[in-house]
Amino acid sequence: MYRQMLLIRRFEEHAAESYAQAKVGGFLHLYIGEEAVAVGALHGAREDDHLITHYRDHGYALVRGCDPGAVMAELYGRATGVAGGRGGSMHLADASKHFWGGHAIVGGHIPVAVGLAMAQQRKKTGLVVIDVFGDGATAIGMFHEALNMAMIWRTPVVFLCENNLYGMGAHLAEQSPVKQLVDRARGYNMPAAQCDGMDPIDTCRVMHEACEHARRGEGPYFVEALTYRFRGHSMADPEMYRSREEVREWRAKDPIPAFGKVLVEHGVASEDELQRVDKEVEEEVLAAVRFADESPPPSPDTVFDGIYAAPVGKRP
Amino acid sequence: MTVEISYREALQQAIREEMRRDEDVLLLGEDITGYGGSYAVTKGLHEEFGLDRVMETPIAEAGIVATAIGLSMGGLKPIAELMTVNFALLALDQIVNNAAKFHYMFNEQWSVPIVVRTVSGFGQLAATHSQTFEGWFASVPGLKVVMPATPADAKGLLKTAIRDPDPVIFIEHSLLYSRRGPVPEGDDHLVPIGEAAIVREGGDVTIVAYSRMLVEALAAAEELASYGVDCEVVDLRTLRPLDVDTVAGSVSRTHRAVVCGEDWRTGGFGSTLVAEIQDRCFDTLDAPVARVAMADVPLPYARNLEKMLIPTAHSITEAVRGLLSIGGRR
Repeated sequence: MYRQMLLIRRFEEHAAESYAQAKVGGFLHLYIGEEAVAVGALHGAREDDHLITHYRDHGYALVRGCDPGAVMAELYGRATGVAGGRGGSMHLADASKHFWGGHAIVGGHIPVAVGLAMAQQRKKTGLVVIDVFGDGATAIGMFHEALNMAMIWRTPVVFLCENNLYGMGAHLAEQSPVKQLVDRARGYNMPAAQCDGMDPIDTCRVMHEACEHARRGEGPYFVEALTYRFRGHSMADPEMYRSREEVREWRAKDPIPAFGKVLVEHGVASEDELQRVDKEVEEEVLAAVRFADESPPPSPDTVFDGIYAAPVGKRP
Repeated sequence: MTVEISYREALQQAIREEMRRDEDVLLLGEDITGYGGSYAVTKGLHEEFGLDRVMETPIAEAGIVATAIGLSMGGLKPIAELMTVNFALLALDQIVNNAAKFHYMFNEQWSVPIVVRTVSGFGQLAATHSQTFEGWFASVPGLKVVMPATPADAKGLLKTAIRDPDPVIFIEHSLLYSRRGPVPEGDDHLVPIGEAAIVREGGDVTIVAYSRMLVEALAAAEELASYGVDCEVVDLRTLRPLDVDTVAGSVSRTHRAVVCGEDWRTGGFGSTLVAEIQDRCFDTLDAPVARVAMADVPLPYARNLEKMLIPTAHSITEAVRGLLSIGGRR
């Protein structure tokens, strides 16, 4: 867990650097500060449980086992990227790992998870779907349609809301009359729980309960992870909407040193071991950056390929 | 051998046969079980296949299409019914941003084999219930857009659409449901997506139509024949991918074209057709390509006003007369 959180952190620090060098284009939404949510949540689920997320997806891709080089190459828009350079930062996916994206229309993927979960029910796979989105998405109609349908059909889906308090630059209080987002789920008679999104163990525990509830056939579950992003909404965000004090307060709860401290206190790892992990992760990320840098861009010959699974003649 | 059945029956046969053929095919939509479907296409299907495969949904168009997309990612072949194309606007995000994108954007890792069945039409239903948006859907790479005009094509195209690995927007027409026509017997009648049909041959002018406008086009051609004007009628059947070859081939022979649709003149699908025709046939055209389309008005309720605006066979004959009055090779 510690290694995974650190991998996300270092990966994103380097991604930000590459963005500043214009090697990464478009939007880059960093997950820094929220690492414990992805790590804890996926440890609470089975490795092959289905996963579908919002666009702040680097952490999920890495924890799900996507190769850091292929993820970085996707940010670089290279042919070796997880989506062949067609998706970019917001659209990472690896269907072979049951990771169905990376979705950039806020809330648009939330009800897709309901259908995917229904397919698990019908095919009796024993798998559940983890459906990740932010606090901002709970204002969108599709969120409500999804919760409603998931409860009607008792589909095995776990709605994981990362409440980082801001939908882009607007505070949750400006966007929602409901302070506790779990209350939104309760409005649909859906069981719901909060977890400390700065603590991977607590997140893992709550998510495990939620996943097993869904796996037992008892229907959907809603988890609200209380967390905070240390960086702006995207690299383009000057962060005029929140105070430095607030950011400082949350930074003091940084999940990585906090969890490292827990590991040392419980004798699970020594300071030296943690430093060694940091060094190894740094090397892994540098290798990923090198891989991305050296990878070729997608061939122009492929630009019209794959618009359809079954193309009709030469007509797009 | 053919049997004479209605467009509605043809659609139901297609669904029934494909559901029997493949247990992964299922239906979902509003009021499609006990109520029988708002246009009765799905009537009785839940009795044969059960409520597990003919699923009643809440009134949530985006949710319906999203659920279908998710089901398809999990290995099923869903047919989502949206009560009318007007309500499909609520699902536009799912159709355009999800269904049409996943295969390409995620680098061909998975496709979205769903059919979205919906209906255009009118009949004193006023502005919000009398629209048709095929041009919007047809502008989106990644979607296939099908609009059958006859019972035979309705059945054959729907069966093909259900088996197709890509998202298909299948737009029916409320005024065609009760029209009858010959349909090949047996459960192997398939019509390919992406192929237009020349349904009447003629040498003087090409009328390009689809869906209900085909009926109007054939009626116009019949009337014009009595004046000695020989019309060729092309039924597009599929709007995307568009069979430009068949259209251009016909216009190259007749040197004149009228393009018909029920959608608005501005930005309607006919605009694209005109552009394609002038691009491919500019040198052989004897006259500008004519449009028959809905005037740019939110369709009013009052019978007289509605009647005044709906494109008909008469609109087409007028357009053809206009074209023939322009000098040319004849």
